Amino acid sequence: MPAGASALSLARPRTLKAALALLAEDPELMPIAGCTDVFVGLHFGTSGQRRFIDLWGLDELRGIALVRPEPSEAPVLRIGALATYTDIIASALVRRRLPMLVAAAREIGGAQIQNRGTLGGNVANASPAGDTLPVLAAANARIVLRSAGAERRVAMGEYYTGYRTSVRQAHELITAVEIPPVAGRQWWRKVGTRKAQAISKIMMAGVRGPVVRIAIGSVAPTVVVADKTARCLSAGGTLAEAQALLGDEITPIDDVRSTREYRHQVAQNLLAQFWRETE
Amino acid sequence: MIVTINGKRRRLDVAPMRRLLDVLREDCGLTGTKEGCGEGECGACTVLMDGVAVDSCLVPAAHAEGRAVVTIEGAAAAKRSARALQHAFVEHGGAQCGICTPGMIMAALPLKARSSRDQIKTALAGNLCRCTGYIAIFQSVEAALSPARKGARARRR
Repeated sequence: MPAGASALSLARPRTLKAALALLAEDPELMPIAGCTDVFVGLHFGTSGQRRFIDLWGLDELRGIALVRPEPSEAPVLRIGALATYTDIIASALVRRRLPMLVAAAREIGGAQIQNRGTLGGNVANASPAGDTLPVLAAANARIVLRSAGAERRVAMGEYYTGYRTSVRQAHELITAVEIPPVAGRQWWRKVGTRKAQAISKIMMAGVRGPVVRIAIGSVAPTVVVADKTARCLSAGGTLAEAQALLGDEITPIDDVRSTREYRHQVAQNLLAQFWRETE
Repeated sequence: MIVTINGKRRRLDVAPMRRLLDVLREDCGLTGTKEGCGEGECGACTVLMDGVAVDSCLVPAAHAEGRAVVTIEGAAAAKRSARALQHAFVEHGGAQCGICTPGMIMAALPLKARSSRDQIKTALAGNLCRCTGYIAIFQSVEAALSPARKGARARRR
């Protein structure tokens, strides 16, 4: 590693409580878990981080369960921040409640990455190309943030504030993602350079129920919830009308993986495919 | 820290954020584990950690503490299917330049006997080969995991 790995420090708390106490004292520490993205940045010298806090051993953040945060509320699917893609693929509960997340998890990296990459890490990493983010946005998920003194929940639609930035404060940790019941058919499609092991050029998650929801990744600095497009379809608008609206809701760029024009075209195509396949 | 590597308990004095790949190759002399891309794309550095395939270029040394790590050098001793895999790669032309081969075999090790072609493809989706075009690799793994082959080998002996 160019940085010299021996110059990097790693705090290794044994409990969530200890981790939060460490972060309260020293918010400069960067949380790490499966390291599937952090180690790429370190190895290629694109990360300036030198001091880290290791969450990988905090088994209390691994569980996947149905929980009732409020007694009056319907049970929500709670996926611990440290649940790996492999855990998600293997979970009968996720397969039943949120199959589009299983579909997305299957297409992230290969088995080696799925065994290490975590859902919390994908959210925290805040990449516009994060594959689970459109799914979480389309499912109206909320991110559970905890600090030494408090816990709060932030709706996915309000979580990101810009390119790779979020409302998470440095002394907070993502402990879980909570997903309310999703009404309707779920749909997911990722378009990459090849079928396996490719970073997304564009991906779309859709829910076709009483209320249509559509979220798209890699077409803007953050995941886009295409509200106008979805409302148009919910209200019985035509596909062509919805496609025209979609073009205004996304702001893709030319980059190393694709072009602005290609992404616009494929977004329209994906919307058509979503609508056709969920009839 | 204490790590069990290929069945032997070892005490290693290493910086926690060093790559497991570098610890294996440089400190332990286990150079069968290869570095291809260094970013989790190619799978050449695949090892098993507590039986699970990981890219050792993306694992901090600290995460190996207290774990059982198996590299290609220890594969045959760790799992019976490893020897069959190694033979099948030779017989079916699954290896050409050989750089990807240790990673391919380590990624195939968690597969169960009689795995389908689709299951094999999924298990090896994180391993790149720039020589063979994969067909010969899939055939090698399939042959190693099929019970018919075991019978054939026994007869040949």
